[in-house]
Amino acid sequence: MENQPSTYNDQVVRQFALMTIVWGVVGMAVGVLIAAQLLWPALNFDLPWLSYGRIRPLHTNAVIFAFGGSALFATSYYIVQRTCHVPLFAPRLASFTFWGWQSIILAAAITLPLGITQGKEYAELEWPIALFIAVVWIAYAVVFFGTIIKRRVQHIYVANWFFAAYIITIAVLHIVNNLVIPVGLWKSYPIYSGVVDAMVQWWYGHNAVGFFLTAAFLGMMYYFVPKQAQRPIYSYRLSVVHFWALISIYMWAGPHHLHYTTLPDWAQSLGMVFSLMLLAPSWGGMINGIMTLSGAWHKLRTDPILKFLIVSLSFYGMTTFEGPMMSIKTVNALSHYTDWTVGHVHAGALGWVGFISIGSLYALIPRLWGREQMYSIKAMDLHFWVATIGVVLYIASMWMAGVMQGLMWRAVNEDGTLAYTFIESLNATYPYYAIRLLGGVLYLGGMLIMVWNVWKTIAGAERPVAQPVVTTVSA
Amino acid sequence: MSGFWSWFVITLVVVNVLAAWWLIWWTSRPIPREESETTQHIWDEDLEEYNNPLPRWFLNLFYLTIVFSVIYLVLYPGLGNFSGLLGWSQQGQYQAEVEQAEARFAERFARFAELSLEELAREPEALAAGHNLYMNHCAACHGSDARGAVGFPNLRDGDWLWGGSPRAIRASIARGRTGVMPGWEAVLGDQGIVEVTEFTLALSGREHDAELATAGAPRYQQFCSACHGESGQGNTSLGAASLRNDRWVHGGSREQIADVIRRGRTNIMPAQLPILGEQRVDLVTAYVLSLNLED
Repeated sequence: MENQPSTYNDQVVRQFALMTIVWGVVGMAVGVLIAAQLLWPALNFDLPWLSYGRIRPLHTNAVIFAFGGSALFATSYYIVQRTCHVPLFAPRLASFTFWGWQSIILAAAITLPLGITQGKEYAELEWPIALFIAVVWIAYAVVFFGTIIKRRVQHIYVANWFFAAYIITIAVLHIVNNLVIPVGLWKSYPIYSGVVDAMVQWWYGHNAVGFFLTAAFLGMMYYFVPKQAQRPIYSYRLSVVHFWALISIYMWAGPHHLHYTTLPDWAQSLGMVFSLMLLAPSWGGMINGIMTLSGAWHKLRTDPILKFLIVSLSFYGMTTFEGPMMSIKTVNALSHYTDWTVGHVHAGALGWVGFISIGSLYALIPRLWGREQMYSIKAMDLHFWVATIGVVLYIASMWMAGVMQGLMWRAVNEDGTLAYTFIESLNATYPYYAIRLLGGVLYLGGMLIMVWNVWKTIAGAERPVAQPVVTTVSA
Repeated sequence: MSGFWSWFVITLVVVNVLAAWWLIWWTSRPIPREESETTQHIWDEDLEEYNNPLPRWFLNLFYLTIVFSVIYLVLYPGLGNFSGLLGWSQQGQYQAEVEQAEARFAERFARFAELSLEELAREPEALAAGHNLYMNHCAACHGSDARGAVGFPNLRDGDWLWGGSPRAIRASIARGRTGVMPGWEAVLGDQGIVEVTEFTLALSGREHDAELATAGAPRYQQFCSACHGESGQGNTSLGAASLRNDRWVHGGSREQIADVIRRGRTNIMPAQLPILGEQRVDLVTAYVLSLNLED
């Protein structure tokens, strides 16, 4: 411990934090474009690489792995140093994860519009890129766990449990779902076939939601909520319960993506009941976050960061209630393949993942550049309201559209024929697509306000000063 | 699923559920009052933790979902090869729903079954059902107005590739059709294609280059007449289009016609009988017939 540098390694955190905002704008702009294409199909300009089928995966990859991923790298590197009271292990490897991750995103942005894809949702990137993802991810694991191992506090902080679970699980999920036989540089086939392939894909897909978009962002929550509220976490016991229950039960939930398919009945049932048992463990995180704020409610009036964090927890609670409900077969028979699913995902993505990341970045950026606070508190407030209205418009319109589609598709005439054609249901969805587009534009507008605010904050800063490592060894 | 894997699944499920139960039971026991409110751990200067008991409603919610799940797994398939006390399966549910529907609509269909296709085509109730079936099963290719699209025949222009009798139309719908026009590029060459195109235009009474058409005539007789007929009248037993009526499945411009001659076409109408069944095929046939009655 003698030769330990006396300051934290925040260079890589700053890099990832900035790229989070850049990719957020890019990913959401692509989202707005495809939302507009559903209203005005001519917006693909008859160019294959702008067609909906190719840039929709670009949107999902950009917001999940580029925006969300960069946010997680930034915050996990920041948090693990602060809560272990040591600088990052293997700083050069940390730097490699930054450049590696950015080059993967760039490769995705080129190959997906070209139509190069494995055709698996959220795992579209072809095998050479998938292979490199595994390399970068293992490097990430080395940096993170290396830092944990050399920590100077005995107890591992709760945020790090969640980051640890996410890093290990994503490695396993990614590698197993990408076991393919290459038949060329940009084409491969999975080693699984038929329904086994589908099950592996949704075991991956759902746990990508569970560990990437839930567990990891809970790690973010467990640092920034108590920090910002300046209150202790509500319950250590609750952390223990919901952590272990969440990670063990989540693993089973994937089959609910394959209800009423050729997947055997027993697997569908297990997917459903484990999704239901997931409700309480998921809510454990929300309770811990919101109850941490109790006693500091007055701060909500003046602190837009806390507003982002508390609203993100509300959307988290709503989405993790909606998810188990949608996994019930009877409900799923109505909701599946409709825009309800799209609404559900965006309640989680915009409301939970987006808001917790934005709130955390607003807390993080001034500290990283040695400022008291963000340049404009008013702009943060404006961002909050614009984004909140955006999310509400988005998810409410998709709920209505989804339920309407589900009902129209199953409506039957007296003679047993379907009451509506598919085209009629599409026609009826147009107004909701317009409202959804408006919601997306507002959310993107909020991100642009953030870009301006971050720019002003950083531009006014001196050269960032490295922050000294905490020396107290009390935990 | 072999016995081993069945027990593997059962064991994992039972262990996980019991572990979850034990976890909440164990952590919800009252603990002796500690000296301080927090756990005494401090990270990053000011991060601390209380150790409040789990909220009662949270515990009950967790227990409730576990109890529900256990009951569900007793009643429904889920635990490996155990098929559940209710004997439910999704195939069974589907069959039951289909039978229920068939029973419900049987009376109506029995009435339709007594009518000929021509009679059905004038029966409003049958046509309403036929229209709905057409919109969901046919309109994607043939258009919601049944006027077709490039590559997909117009169903109300009176021009039938495979015959326009009620029986022939029903056969096309029920069994499907595969129409093949070979490509003639290798045989005719560029000049030959130009000439035969002009001759084809002449057959259909369109504006054409007389000189080229005359040159195309013997080629047409040699290579095309076997299917399309000496005078271009077509042949419904092969699905060979009539070339005399200026109606074109694959587009009627000079370039489009030349392209069909050059590269040929394979056109498939999928069989609907396996999807719709006999009675509903009758209804769709009647609807298509009715479109031509009106015109």
